[in-house]
Amino acid sequence: MSVLEIRNLRAGVEDKEILKGVNLTLDSGEIHALMGPNGSGKSTLAYVVAGHPHYQIYGGDILLDGESILEMEPDERCKAGIFLAFQYPVAVPGVSVANFLRTAVSNVRGYTAQPTEGENRGAVIGSNLMPMREFRKEINDKMKEFNVDPSFARRYLNDGFSGGEKKRTEVLQMAMLAPKFAIMDESDSGLDIDALRVVSEGINKLATPERGFLLITHYQRLLNYVKPDKVSIFYDGRIVMTGGPEIALMLEERGYGWVEKEFAGAAEPVA
Amino acid sequence: MATHADREALKGVKDEYEYGFHDNEKPIFKTERGINHAVIDQISDQKNEPDWMREFRHQALDIFLSKPMPTWGADLSGIDFDEIFYYLKPSDGKGTSWDDVPEDIKRTFDRLGIPEAERKFLAGVGAQYDSEVIYHSLREEWERIGVIFLDMDSGLREHPEIVREYFATIIPASDNKFAALNSAVWSGGSFVYVPKGVHVDIPLQAYFRINAQNMGQFERTLIIVEEGASVHYVEGCTAPIYSSNSLHSAVVEIIIKKGARCRYTTIQNWSTDVYNLVTKRAVAYEGATMEWIDGNLGSKVTMKDPAVYMLGPKAHGEILSIAFAGHGQHQDAGGKVVHGAPYTSSKIVSKSISKDGGRASYRGLLRVGKGAHHSKSNVVCDALLLDERSRSDTYPYIEIEEDNVSVGHEASVSKIGEEQLFYLQSRGIGVDEAAAMIVGGFIEPLVKELPMEYAVEMNRLIQLQMEGTIG
Repeated sequence: MSVLEIRNLRAGVEDKEILKGVNLTLDSGEIHALMGPNGSGKSTLAYVVAGHPHYQIYGGDILLDGESILEMEPDERCKAGIFLAFQYPVAVPGVSVANFLRTAVSNVRGYTAQPTEGENRGAVIGSNLMPMREFRKEINDKMKEFNVDPSFARRYLNDGFSGGEKKRTEVLQMAMLAPKFAIMDESDSGLDIDALRVVSEGINKLATPERGFLLITHYQRLLNYVKPDKVSIFYDGRIVMTGGPEIALMLEERGYGWVEKEFAGAAEPVA
Repeated sequence: MATHADREALKGVKDEYEYGFHDNEKPIFKTERGINHAVIDQISDQKNEPDWMREFRHQALDIFLSKPMPTWGADLSGIDFDEIFYYLKPSDGKGTSWDDVPEDIKRTFDRLGIPEAERKFLAGVGAQYDSEVIYHSLREEWERIGVIFLDMDSGLREHPEIVREYFATIIPASDNKFAALNSAVWSGGSFVYVPKGVHVDIPLQAYFRINAQNMGQFERTLIIVEEGASVHYVEGCTAPIYSSNSLHSAVVEIIIKKGARCRYTTIQNWSTDVYNLVTKRAVAYEGATMEWIDGNLGSKVTMKDPAVYMLGPKAHGEILSIAFAGHGQHQDAGGKVVHGAPYTSSKIVSKSISKDGGRASYRGLLRVGKGAHHSKSNVVCDALLLDERSRSDTYPYIEIEEDNVSVGHEASVSKIGEEQLFYLQSRGIGVDEAAAMIVGGFIEPLVKELPMEYAVEMNRLIQLQMEGTIG
């Protein structure tokens, strides 16, 4: 049982404040959907939790099981159990999915931290990887389970991938890294109905009682496939309303226009 | 970030890996410092060479002395020709099997991982220790089918007629100042002869190493591939670290006859005080193919532009090069393709990485001569800069004397992307390793052309070079 707690978080770029006092608590086993209009700062929240160096923190805290993660590098946050599924995963040409994932998994599971021995003695730290045979078996199983074509293992990471292929690869990565908390940043954007179904199935398989999800989405349609426990409306850098699935339905009916009317100007930074 | 403990541990690993060790050399014969006609005679006497070679050396020395230092390209003012030992002979005779190799030399090779590589992968090995090849083995079946793979000194002794026919015909002593120097004092290198129609399917490999302070290394390689034959030759270099400047100046000549193929792969990792000034040239006749694959990581200054002269119709030349320029390094590498016959084609792919103020230059020549109609050439140069202080430049020279040709040239310069780094980091990969992965991906199209053990070594070297680069 873990808890990810965002407390009165204020952050931005240079002097521009984007997050204006975000409060959110996510427990293991919980699926929390964060919905809001474009430009409200949802993706910024995802990046800040994952530790993107581009953003500055002006105040507040992010706690994983009571410990602040603000001083941690992005790789340390990942090792601590936080996973961000990117809205736009970047391509890394020349690095195969298999090579990348083996390196990532080896870091997260502590293989690389071990001193090198035997044949690898004297080798670079980080060259101590998960044994190839074990890794290959695991990735093959996971690719099958999450509907990723086996040929992806040899392809260069996100290089020339379609939108759906990228999102599916993100889910595969999540399955391999087995985080405590996953932040899905617009995982439904740009997907056709079949791809949306595959990605949703992946999320549902991974939504076990040991894992919490923050689903960031603009549209309600992802929530037809993945049932959230809580839904919050994000507007102008903060959460303005939290409730159950009925909120998503209301947004579907009424759009975001009323949110603006109701909450414009209300989101003054909380001192 | 790597933890403090990681860094401490890495420090040791890195020191060791960069070959900052050297065995006590026990030379049996060494010339005085500096170069003059008496030194040439000493070298020739030691080698017991035919008169024509002695005469060739003396003439080359005169050419060397008469030519000014090149003023283009990298800064060579740090070279003091009077401080260099031009010849050193480490032990008498050559080992014909591993057992015959002296213990301390074996130990050095051991630390470089050569014996394993040899057992697993190599079929024939020529390993050069200082100026002399001390260990050489060649698979029996190749000998049976007439393939010759010897050190150059033995080649001259055992096959004087072939050597005399081709030696210095592709790169005459007068070609440039450093070719002249090599011609005057050359020692070691490889002699390869592949008879008509013979395909050598396992790469021939040679290792080079400098192990005497101020010891210049001037190896000379001659490869002849007869009609319809094929061969892949691989050289890899590592050198111990010394404080004063060393000079490495090699000459490689390759003749590829009708319908034959040759691939020549180099991984150069000289210590960062070495001037590496190399002249490499191949001539390809009708329908022949030459491929240079060239990785330059080490040295203080490298000036090297492997060349392919396509002298017969439908000949093909290819040059793939990678340069990594770190602190205080200047890699001036590129390629030359000369189309001297119709329907010839060529491709140059050059990738460079600069960091910590290092400088990588691409210097290329593409020449299409009169009569070389229907020739095609494509040149691609990509540079990756890892920080603001580093530098990359491109000097492409294109000379076209024929109308009906197709020529392409693309160049790009990019910086390592913050978004790529963050993406990999967010998957638990430390920033240094993430940067190394991105750089590894950048050069992957070339690395995958290397024999596997070299590809592995290349990736490891890149990882070490990248240690502590970002953040």
